[in-house]
Amino acid sequence: MKKTIITVVGKDSVGIIAKVCTYLAENDVNILDISQTITGGYFNMMMIADIANSKKAFTEITDDFDVLGENIGCVIKMQREDIFDKMHRL
Amino acid sequence: MVNIHEVLETNQMIEKENLDVRTITLGISLLDCADNDLDELNRKIYNKITSTAANLVETGEAIEKEFGIPIVNKRISVTPIALVGASACKTPEDFVTIAQTLDKAAKKVGVNFIGGYSALVSKGMTNADEMLIRSIPRALAVTDMVCSSVNVGSTKTGLDMDAIRLMGEVIHQAAEETRDRDSIGCAKLVVFCNAPDDNPFMAGAFHGVTESDAIINVGVSGPGVVKKALESIHGADFEVLCETVKKTAFKITRVGQLVAKEASKRLGIPFGIIDLSLAPTPAIGDSIADIFEEMGLERAGAPGTTAALALLNDQVKKGGVMASSYVGGLSGAFIPVSEDQGMIRAVECGALTIEKLEAMTCVCSVGLDMVAIPGDTPATTISGIIADEMAIGMINQKTTAVRLIPVIGKTVGDMVEFGGLLGYAPIMPVNGFSCADFVNRKGRIPAPIHSFKN
Repeated sequence: MKKTIITVVGKDSVGIIAKVCTYLAENDVNILDISQTITGGYFNMMMIADIANSKKAFTEITDDFDVLGENIGCVIKMQREDIFDKMHRL
Repeated sequence: MVNIHEVLETNQMIEKENLDVRTITLGISLLDCADNDLDELNRKIYNKITSTAANLVETGEAIEKEFGIPIVNKRISVTPIALVGASACKTPEDFVTIAQTLDKAAKKVGVNFIGGYSALVSKGMTNADEMLIRSIPRALAVTDMVCSSVNVGSTKTGLDMDAIRLMGEVIHQAAEETRDRDSIGCAKLVVFCNAPDDNPFMAGAFHGVTESDAIINVGVSGPGVVKKALESIHGADFEVLCETVKKTAFKITRVGQLVAKEASKRLGIPFGIIDLSLAPTPAIGDSIADIFEEMGLERAGAPGTTAALALLNDQVKKGGVMASSYVGGLSGAFIPVSEDQGMIRAVECGALTIEKLEAMTCVCSVGLDMVAIPGDTPATTISGIIADEMAIGMINQKTTAVRLIPVIGKTVGDMVEFGGLLGYAPIMPVNGFSCADFVNRKGRIPAPIHSFKN
C-alpha cells in the first residue's frame, strides 16, 4: 500500500471526476475513498488512492496530472498522505 | 483518516500563505581533511563535500515533488575553517584558497550557500583564527556562495573585545571589497555571541565540533500562515492569540520534521535538529512585521513591539517543541530588515530605528540582521554596535548576532538592493556619537556572574 492524496480544484463542469478516474484506472491506481465539496464556487475533490500497483513512478503521474489538469481546466495535485497526516494528527 | 478540510487547509497554507521548508542544511565535518599541505587540504575538502552532498539537491527536489511542499534552499555547513586550515595556512591569502574551494564544491553540488568560513574566538584568537578573520573581506569578494561567521563571545567566556574591534574593521573592508555590488559581502558575514553548533540558517551556519561526521538540520518557516491564522481570530484576547500561534507553529514544524526525517532516510545521514523558526522573505505576505500589525500595532517598531515579539517567539517555541523530536539552531522569530516587506515599510515611515531593533533582539531568536547603514560609519562605531548586541546575548544566555551592511557610497535616505532572498533596504541612521575610546581598549569583558554554575 502506497497511499497518496489526489486533489482536484477548479471550476465545476461535466465529467471532471470521470476523466480523472479513467486516468487512474488506466494506470492501475486504486481509489480508496472520494469526497468532494464546493467552496467559493470552486469544485474541490479529494481522493485517497493507492499507487503501489501502478507501473508509473510518482513523478510521472504528477507530470501527467499537470497535462490532464490543463485539459479539463483544473489543478490536479498528488501528494503523499504523510504530510497531511503529520500536520493534523498527533 | 485525513479529511478533505484538513487537506484543503494544508494546501491553502502552501499555495496562498507561503508555507515552505526554508532550508535543508547538510552539516559536514571537515576535521578529517586537515593537512599540512595546502593543496592537499583543498583537494580533500573538495572531495569530501562533493561526495557527501552529491545527492542533496536531487533528494530535496524529489521530496518537494512527492509531498507538494516547496523546499526553498538546499545548503551545506562545514566545520569552522579556522580549525580545518590551521596547520596548512600561513597567510590570510592561504585561507582565501579554501574559500574558493568551498565555492567550487558548492557550485558542483548545486546548493545555493555554503557556511562555515568561520572562527570561534569567544575568549581569544589563535594565529590561524586571526588570519582567517583578516581574510574574510577578500574571501567574500572572490566567492559567490560562501558565508562567513565569527563567534566573538559567550555567556561562559565573556566577550573578546579584541575580536570585536577587529570585526568592525573587517566588516568595513568587506563593504569596500564589494562596493561595486552595494557592499554585498557584508550580507554574507555574521558576528555571533553564543553561536549554536547546529544552526541551519545562513549566513551563520557552521558545522560545530560537537557534531557527528554529517548531519541533516532543517529550518522551517511560515510567517504568512501565522498571520492568516491570527486574522481569523481578529481582536481576540491574549489567551486565544497565544494558543493560535502555538497551534499554527505546531503544524508548521510537523512538516519540517517530516521533511527532515525523509531527507535523512534517503541520504543515509542522521537527522540533527529542526530549527523552529519564523523566517520572513521579501515576498508579499511572508512578513513578521505583518504579524505585529495584525496583533494591533500600527507599524513594527511602535511601543508594544518588543512585547508582541516576545509573545510570538515564545509561542512558536512552545508549539514547535511538541512537534519535533529534536529542536535546536536559532529557533524563534527572525527580524531581518531587508528580507521583510513590513520591516522595510516600518523603517521607511520612521517607525523603526536601530535602537528599537536592538531592544527587540533581547526577545527574538537572533539579532540585528540585514541592517543597512551609511557607508561612512566608522569601524569603531560598528564595533560598538556589535559589543552592545553581544552583551545582550552574553547576559541573557541567548544567541545574538549582527549582520550590518555599511553600504559604501550611500547614506540615510538611499535604498540598497541585494536581490533574491536578501531583499532590499533603506539605509538606517546610526547614532553619531563616538565610542572609539571604549572600543580601542584591549582585552576582554569577563563572563557574567550567573555563568558560574558549577
